[in-house]
Amino acid sequence: MIPTLRIDDLSVSFPRHGAAIAAVQDVSLEIAPSECVGIIGESGSGKTQVFMAAMGLLSKNAAASGSICFEGGELMRADAAALNRVRGSKLTMIFQDPMTSLAPHLAIGTQLAEVLVCHSGLSWRDAWNSAGRMLGRVRVPDPERRLHQYPHELSGGMRQRVMIGMSLLCEPTLVIADEPTSALDVTVQAQLIELLRAMRHEFGMALALISHDLGVVAGLADRILVMYAGRIVESARAAEIFSHARHPYTAEMLKCVPTLSGPRLARLPTLAGQPPQPGEISEGCAFAPRCPRVAARCRSERPLLTAAGAASVACHFPLPA
Amino acid sequence: MSGLNKAAARRLRSNPAAVFALYAMLALAALALLGPWLNPNSIEALDWLHVATRPGLQGAHWFGTDRLGRDLFMRTLAGARVSIGVGLVASVVSLVVGLSFGAIAGYRGGRIDHLMLRMIEILSGLPLIFFVIVLTVVFGRNEYLLFVSIGAVGWLTMARIVRGQTLSIRRREYIEAAVASGASASRIIVKHVIPNLIGPVIVYATLSVPQIILFESFLSFLGLGVQEPHASLGTLIAEGAGEMESAPWILLVPGGVLALLLLCLNLFGDGLRDALDVKES
Amino acid sequence: MTEALLRVKDLCVGFGAHAVISDLSFELFDGETLGLVGESGSGKSTLARAILRLLRSAQGSVEWRGKDLLTCSAAELRAQRRDLQIVFQDPLSSLNPRMTVGDAIAEPLRIFEPGLSAHARALRVGAMLERVGLAAAMGARYPHEFSGGQCQRIGIARAMILNPKLLICDEPVSSLDMSIQGQIVNLLLDLQRDAGTSMLFISHNLAVVRHLSHRVLVMFSGKLVEIATPDALFAAPRHPYTKALLAAVPKIEIEAKGAAAPLRVEEPPAAGRPGGCAYRDRCPYAWPVCASTVPPLAEAATGHWVACHRSHETLIPLSFPT
Repeated sequence: MIPTLRIDDLSVSFPRHGAAIAAVQDVSLEIAPSECVGIIGESGSGKTQVFMAAMGLLSKNAAASGSICFEGGELMRADAAALNRVRGSKLTMIFQDPMTSLAPHLAIGTQLAEVLVCHSGLSWRDAWNSAGRMLGRVRVPDPERRLHQYPHELSGGMRQRVMIGMSLLCEPTLVIADEPTSALDVTVQAQLIELLRAMRHEFGMALALISHDLGVVAGLADRILVMYAGRIVESARAAEIFSHARHPYTAEMLKCVPTLSGPRLARLPTLAGQPPQPGEISEGCAFAPRCPRVAARCRSERPLLTAAGAASVACHFPLPA
Repeated sequence: MSGLNKAAARRLRSNPAAVFALYAMLALAALALLGPWLNPNSIEALDWLHVATRPGLQGAHWFGTDRLGRDLFMRTLAGARVSIGVGLVASVVSLVVGLSFGAIAGYRGGRIDHLMLRMIEILSGLPLIFFVIVLTVVFGRNEYLLFVSIGAVGWLTMARIVRGQTLSIRRREYIEAAVASGASASRIIVKHVIPNLIGPVIVYATLSVPQIILFESFLSFLGLGVQEPHASLGTLIAEGAGEMESAPWILLVPGGVLALLLLCLNLFGDGLRDALDVKES
Repeated sequence: MTEALLRVKDLCVGFGAHAVISDLSFELFDGETLGLVGESGSGKSTLARAILRLLRSAQGSVEWRGKDLLTCSAAELRAQRRDLQIVFQDPLSSLNPRMTVGDAIAEPLRIFEPGLSAHARALRVGAMLERVGLAAAMGARYPHEFSGGQCQRIGIARAMILNPKLLICDEPVSSLDMSIQGQIVNLLLDLQRDAGTSMLFISHNLAVVRHLSHRVLVMFSGKLVEIATPDALFAAPRHPYTKALLAAVPKIEIEAKGAAAPLRVEEPPAAGRPGGCAYRDRCPYAWPVCASTVPPLAEAATGHWVACHRSHETLIPLSFPT
């Protein structure tokens, strides 16, 4: 069975002051059909750039190498025409801020119908009606009226529903959601997570969910990838990650999330130091300066991603299973 | 030099047009200042033997002479001195006045802003030439009228630009932080608002110098500015216009210098804007 | 009963016809950390600015150590600002990009201790930088050279350099990475303890607020709907909105994969619906009285205040319609 998305040794770098800054280094991953993969990382981890490369949305000065295969077809060196056939129909993306990803001067209905007209060749009337039906499927109340409204007339949560609907119009095989709930309130976030779950059930598409929020990913992902400083440091099934993470970074991150249950603490648990920015080259493991389990070997030799059962970890001294 | 200015200077240095323009202007200014030592001719001396001679490097008059036998090289340099001088002084004055006016109006808002804005609008509405002519009629032909008339209007656009920039800066969070820290309005305007609008202001000031020089040339061309025997590029061009058919160099020499000066100022101003606008990401 | 350090009474803030905050009252006591939670549109950031009189349209009274900040003279207000400081949500934009970080931290010193020599000032700034975990030499750099977490430390240094009596923190960690959030919160707690500063901590992150507050205020649509200690609030919330907020927080337990309670689809808040409780459109427990009368903030248990007509009942959780 060919994976829906397969990335091999992807590296992305940007030039700055003459030098090449690596944002993504040797990332390889697979997303199976209908699988939901959560990608977790903080700033500087490169998680967004991986999928921008997949969508062909890297900025012009970026240098990317490696291979990205979508349903068997190579995307990296595809021309614009081939990319456009796939993007927006079978491979779609939802961005963090719907206010900037929806065109402010066009009505919602126009923007939705346009996708169908371009990709499915429907007439404007049919596309408009389909758009209205999709709004209903993403649980937007009163869809007929909403079609005529403009983005600024909708709340943030509603706009994000429109974005989700737009990404599902052509029945994609993979939807990439880049921090879809970060700009939203927690009650709206909960509704959208629920919506994404329902949509996966209805449409059966694969979902790549990028987030810095472990809670958001916990509700949806089958598998989780943890990224740090441009590389994948851990990959495992979601239940495994949350019950016993193998990589010290993942384990420390989980400890850092303050809880609503459990005893109240006088001080919050922290992770010392800060995530490295792209361009800070280090020999050895990038997490060594902050790792509570660091040893001499970690500083000189960079650990490779090695399989440990069904999971993989990039650590010389992973936590026991 | 702060880190931001250093980066801007670096970008400016890598812009060939701007660098060329800067050196050309400096060379012209140096020539204008040092002219009297380079060439023994004075600007007033009438050389009856060499009336309206063509330019030639062999002769005593490198750029030729005008209808009265005055050396065109010296007169052009003197004219350049006056034009540049007027341009610079008027620009600095309009910068200072426009900056203060615009920053105070933009930051204070409310009634003060309304009042100041009305003042700007009324003065902008003045038909300028009419104003200058009335002044000339009342006070007679006087070189200082030049400064008054340029001064009366030169600061208006600067004030508008500064006010607009201030209105958008006023909403930034660091201004709120300064207010919350207990800073007074004057402190905020001087320490927080003005340093953050220096970029567009300097660019506009640089680009307004050619406008002012052109305006001065125009006034002098009309006979309302610099008077004989003093010359500005404008008066020289006026003279040259009359001799265009018989002795074209009398027009072309000062005209060419003016054109070069304006071109360089514009190139440099554009280069400055490009250098200052780019944000360090 | 100790005298309240800050007493806000009947605060109303409106922009045009739209009321962002209406009839809001609460007290803050010396040495206390008050947590304020609410979502976007609740008015919590507006409240912070209204207290500090950074807005022009606030009405009511904000009594700070006996003086009403909303009606005192500009000079008096500036004098009081020495003890009332704020840390903003976006660390980078709260710093003047054209000023060195050292100058930014020194500004309160320049304003309130003008007699200080340049040398003494530099020493204080350096000490403060070290106190917040940065090197003293970093004072010569510009804000864009620092990361988000470091900028927030600088903002905190600026706010705390004069040891204010009250520090208002407006979502200070929301824009920071998760591994950094704890560092900044712990820094605030340390500084607060050393200087005896009281804190008003505004956040939408309930878990963080739970751990560091002595009391928690819950805001919805410009009004306070519940006030309680964290233990009481998080274990047994009484207002339906607080319940919904707590239910919505994503949990990382292994069982989280099961379906969460589906919530009713949110509509944009109907602005300016007259009369009645602002929450009634989303509230599964709404009664006719909720549409006609604004529920007053009343004490349901000792120290636990709720603004709900049904707060005296033990509301059985209903199954929400899909």
